This record gives sequence, C-alpha cells and structure tokens, in this order.
Amino acid sequence: MKRTAFAVAALSLACAAPVSAQNEQFVPANFYWVGPYAPGGSGFGGGIIDYFAMLNERDGGINGVKLTWEKCETEYNNARGVECYERTKKKGPTGATVIHPLSTGITYSLIEKATSDKIPIISMGYGRTSAADGRVFPYVFPLITTYWSQATVLVKFMGQKMGGMDQWKGKKLVLVYHDSAYGKEPIPILTDMAKQYGYELTTIAVPHPGNEQQAQWLQIRQLKPDWVILWGWGVMNPTALKAAAKIGYPREKMVGVWWSGAEEDVIPAGSAAKGYISSGFNAPGSDFPVMKDIQKYVYAKGKGEFEDKARFGSIYHTRGVVAGIVTAEAIRNAQAKFGKGKPITGEQMRWGIEHLNIDDKRLKELGATGLMPTLKVSCLDHEGSGLAKFQQWDGTKWKVISDWMESDRKLVREKVESDAAQYAKEKGITPRDCAKDSM
Amino acid sequence: MLYREAGQFRSTYAEDQQIFPIRQDRIAMALLLLVAFVAVPLFGDQYWLSAIITPFLILALATLGLNILTGYAGQLSLGTAAFMGIGAFMAYNAMLRIPHMPIVGAFIVGGLSAAAVGIVFGLPSLRIKGFYLAVATLACQFFVLWALNRVGWFSNYSSSGVITAQRMDILGYPIDTPATKYLLTLAVVALMALAAKNLMRSETGRAFMAVRDMDVAASVIGIPMMKTKLLAFAISSFYCGVAGALYAFCYLGTVEPEAFTLDLSFRVLFMVIIGGAGSILGSFLGAAFITLFPIFLNLASKWLENRLGVEMSHAVVSNSEAIIFGGLIIFFLIVEPNGLARLWQITKEKLRLWPFPH
Repeated sequence: MKRTAFAVAALSLACAAPVSAQNEQFVPANFYWVGPYAPGGSGFGGGIIDYFAMLNERDGGINGVKLTWEKCETEYNNARGVECYERTKKKGPTGATVIHPLSTGITYSLIEKATSDKIPIISMGYGRTSAADGRVFPYVFPLITTYWSQATVLVKFMGQKMGGMDQWKGKKLVLVYHDSAYGKEPIPILTDMAKQYGYELTTIAVPHPGNEQQAQWLQIRQLKPDWVILWGWGVMNPTALKAAAKIGYPREKMVGVWWSGAEEDVIPAGSAAKGYISSGFNAPGSDFPVMKDIQKYVYAKGKGEFEDKARFGSIYHTRGVVAGIVTAEAIRNAQAKFGKGKPITGEQMRWGIEHLNIDDKRLKELGATGLMPTLKVSCLDHEGSGLAKFQQWDGTKWKVISDWMESDRKLVREKVESDAAQYAKEKGITPRDCAKDSM
Repeated sequence: MLYREAGQFRSTYAEDQQIFPIRQDRIAMALLLLVAFVAVPLFGDQYWLSAIITPFLILALATLGLNILTGYAGQLSLGTAAFMGIGAFMAYNAMLRIPHMPIVGAFIVGGLSAAAVGIVFGLPSLRIKGFYLAVATLACQFFVLWALNRVGWFSNYSSSGVITAQRMDILGYPIDTPATKYLLTLAVVALMALAAKNLMRSETGRAFMAVRDMDVAASVIGIPMMKTKLLAFAISSFYCGVAGALYAFCYLGTVEPEAFTLDLSFRVLFMVIIGGAGSILGSFLGAAFITLFPIFLNLASKWLENRLGVEMSHAVVSNSEAIIFGGLIIFFLIVEPNGLARLWQITKEKLRLWPFPH
C-alpha cells in the first residue's frame, strides 16, 4: 500500500529538483484556474503575476532582485490549498516570501502553519477579520479592508442613499450569503449594527456553489426587504441576480460585497444585472499608468496571463495588480531595511508589510492613483485602510458612483480586539507589546 | 521464485489462522511498518509528511470505515463526510469542554458520537436497500452539515463557523511537528486497520458478509438483521469519526463544516470502488490512488513543461489533469471492476507460480 506512495514520492522528488538562481525573490502563486470560482482565481492571479512580470521587464525586478513565482492549483479547496502551501513554502533561495491564499477557508487553515513557518499571509479583502489585530496575529495581514469594515461601509452607504442613518429604524435588511466561513464572517457585525440602528436583519444562506437559489429568493419575496446585501462568490452572483430579476426585486436595492462585484459576476446575468450596485477597494480600467506599463512591457511582447484580452483591466485583474503592488512595495520596504539587492526572508517580509506606507505621493509614483486607496499598516493595525468605493453596473460597464468611504473604525476595532483576545486566550498566545516590538 | 510458500508447514490452528500465513508476507509487512514508523519520519521531508502522507493515511482510514459498511456489510452510504465532520467537531468540543481531556480520548469521543449518529441514520437500512438506502444516508449528509453550520454550540459560537484544533500532547510530549502528527496518525490508522482486519475474520465480520451476499438467507440461518446492520453502521461511523478528528487535528488544523461536503463523501466512495470493495488493502490502495494521483499528475505536468520547454496555459494543464484522472478511473474500472486490491491479489497468485506457471 505505502510502497506505491513511495515510488510516486521518489519519482516526483527526482522530477522537482529546484533550479533557482540566488538573486531571486520567490512568491507562490497558489490560485485557481478551474471550477466554479475560476473567474476570480484566474483574474486575481493573472493580475499579480502580470505586475511582477512587468517589474521584471521594466526595472529588472526590485533593486535587481528578480521576482519569481510558481503556479499551484488550489481549486478553492482547503485541503488542496494546504498542499500547495506546503509544496511551495521552501522554494526559491529564501523560501516563500509571502502567501496570498485568495480564499477565506484556506487563510483560516494557514494561519497557524504560516505563523510557525514565519511566512506572512496577505489576505487582502478577505480572511479572518480579527487578524487585523497585529499583536495576536503577527504574520497575518488582512490588508486594505476586512469583511467587518466592509459590512459597516455597506450599511453606511445604504443609509446615505435613504437620507441618513436614522432612516434605518424599522427597515428590513437581508443578507444573502455564501454558506462558508467567507459568507458567515459579516453576520456578527451586521447583528450588532442592527441593534445600534434599529433595522431588522434576516440572514439567508446559499449552499456552495450557489447555482440553485429559487427557495432563497422566494423567501425574500415574502420578506419584501428594503435592502439586500449579496455576499456571494463565483457562480452564485449571476444566479442571484437572475433570481432577483425573476421575483422582480429591484436591482438598485441590491448591494454586493467586493467579491460579488466584477464583470464576471454581472455579464452572465445579462440584462438582469443592470442597476446592481457593488462595493470595491480597487477600480477597474486599463488607463492607469501602471496598467499601461503592463500593456507595454508584458502584453505588447506577447506575454501576459490572459488569452482573452477583454479581461485586461477588469476588476479581478486590477485587484490582482493591487495585490502585486502591495507585495512588491513590502519587499522594497524590507530590502531598504535589511539590505538592498538581496532576497529577503519571510520574517523580514513581515517587517516590510508591517511598515508599509503607501500614501498619495507614492501612489502617484506607482501610477496607481485612484486604482487603490492609500494604505498605512502598523503593528497594531494590520488592515491599514478600511476604505471602499461603490460602483453600479450600467449594463455594459461598472461606473464608480461614490468616493472612498470610511468604515466605522471604532465599532470594528472594538470587535476585532475582543475576538483576537479570545483567540489568544484559547491558543495561549501572549499578545506582542507594540511599543517594544521593532522586528 | 522468492515468493513461494513451499516448505512452510503449519502445524497448529493458530499458525493456520494468522493474518499473513506466508512467511514472505510477514517479512514484507514488518519491513513496511518499520519503514513507515522509523524511516519515513526520519527522512521524509516536511512537504511529504504534512501534505501528502498524513492526509493519505487519514482518508485511507475513512475509506476503511466506508468499506466496512459498503464493502463488507453491503449497505451503500453517502454520509461518510458527515460522519467525519461529526468526529472532527465533537473531538474539538471534547477538548474544549472537558478539562484534562487526553487527545486520544477526544478522538474516541469523536468516533463514538459519529457512531451514535450512524446508528440513528442506519435505522432505515432495516427496511430499505441499495440505492434507496443511499438516498436515506444522503439526508444524513445534509442534515449533519446543516446542524454544524446552524447550531453555534458545535463551533463554540465562532462567528465564521470555523473550529481550530487545540494543542495536542500525549503524556506531556507535544504533538506539533509534521513528523509527530504523522506518527500519531500512523499509529491510530495501523491499530484500527489491524482491528478491522481481525473483525472481518471474526463471527461479526462473517455475519456482515452474509448480510451483504443475501440478507434473506442470512436471517434464515439465524443472523439477527437489526443487530448486524446497526453494528455495521456504528463501526463504520466510528472509523469515519476518528478519521474526521484526525483530519481536523493532524492535517488541516482549522476546519469549517464545508470541508465535509458531499464531495468528500463521493471521493471516499470512489476510493472504495477503485481500491476494491470488501478489502482492507483496497482501502489503502484506493485512497492512495485518489489522493496522490492528482498531485502526481500536477507535478508531472510541471516536469514535462520544464523538460519540453513549452509553456502551457495553466488553465489547460489544470483541466487536462482532471480529464486524465477521470479517464484513468474509467480505465481501471474496465480492466478490473473489482478494484486495485484484486489486481494485487492476481499479481500475488502469479508470483507464487512464477517462473513455472504450469
């Protein structure tokens, strides 16, 4: 029985002998290109790789250190994600620099493993919200904005649309969510806000993968809510939009989370998607200077991740580019501290991410003004921004309809700290003292 | 020539009834165990230990559990993943709520809880058979997942429904490295496989097989239907429950109920079918094929890409892996519908005659 395993083991070890030069910085590309979530995985993965490829072509890497990557198919499946992580964590001269799991479930599975391996996790716009407390989660960075921040922004946006937060009293809000760790994440904060603002919250779960939603939307028809929050992923999103159209629920009253707000989520729904609003922490488009550089240095040379050029500059693609920018900036940061022109380790990368400060000036230098919000990370705050924009689908493209909006940081922070403290207690972790901690 | 039993005489009943009556088999088994317990943790690298061999062993245990029910007792079940989920969540709760709970005790609590649920959902088997029973167990799969998702108690009211396995130690010795986790898994799997092998050679196991082959005949010769079928469900669920607890504690560390969807149930069922229904060895072979082969394909396609120097689109590679894997499953089922274990048995029979088949 185990003999087969060994034959396979020996064979593939012989095959997978690493060939790597010393002056390289390795970043695993553990995303997904198949299955119901492939649009998100391939788009985001494509963006991050395109950005790295552009840096290599344009600048010769970061201070002369070339970025390298290797793809591993996770299928958005926790077990495969852990396998990919284990496979890639020792590659390259300094091991995996940082990991983007691109799945809340995989992020949860990796938190402890990566912390003990000293490899930082960037879960940009997903993952465990309370990891924003860097004292308890030194190696986890839910950068830019977390699900709880997101939920507060959504409620605030809808309140504004109604003419003020006091309008929420007596209103009905329905959360339609992907039944997984990802979808359940916002429930506690929405419940808390329901008490604060006086709306009535109903949560409706859609089981994976979400291509069957008739029962859920019939329930919504009965409830007649004032607003619906769509917390979907992959094929669940267009299905929800079509189902909403079927029961005649106005799409202008549906607001999606950022994983429900890409071209791939609305185009399959056709005209049913018109008027639908979603939030986002990155803007779509191919006119940003950084996107033009990618076009010039990568795609013009016949390279690039997308065969379908229409996906260039789509939401998932630019989101991947934002992830690439954040990663590259953190590497640059760490190199400035630990030695320019040398590959850095995961531990040094952690320092680099924790001291990230991407302000308006830096955004302009990067050619990404308007593409992403400003970001300032610290030991206490691993989120670093909390800003989100809203956009509306006009039938052909996403139109940005708001400026960067702030989350309810006080409320979110309180909950983050209490949740992180509970985790620390359960796990026997002594939180770091941020005043002392420099490394 | 080496594999021949000529000259090995068995002069007592005990010798005649041992699990491996042929000396070469005993030596091979001892060597295999020696390698598994000593060489692998000493020389195996972290990736192989924690990402490949440990999950393989855990799924082999789950397959063994389903094999007891489907392969030996003939009751088709689609609730395997649900029983694993119960095992995982109850072991977590046992560690959480009972002070000074030893880890092995938590695994047993997980297994027993799964067994209790298994008995309840096994009740329909007294009246219905075959595909209809599979549908009844499907209900178990959905109900359990629903309960784990909706009842906060199971995940200790975690906001996202995720549980994180507690720290493990045995007699003060911490189980926290891939090697120690592997050893714990291996010990549990080896013991339970031995127990299953012996159980199937006992009166209970023979009763299971009698029920499988023809339940009317079995009840005519005096095998109590209710006791036998429910016992099969209980033992099978116990195995799956322990496998689930190991899955959470020794492999993933953090699990959500979605780790135990119908998908996993089907995968385990395929492992039984590919490996060989009604065979202990088959459970291991099937689990090896289904868990290791996709990873092997993935690595092989990378290697091919490097060798040939052509860059294939990753989506093409990922999809073709799925196609090749599916094709091979069909190929194996056509070549040997009784599974890999049967192939192994045929090889052994040929080896005994080789090189003089006549």
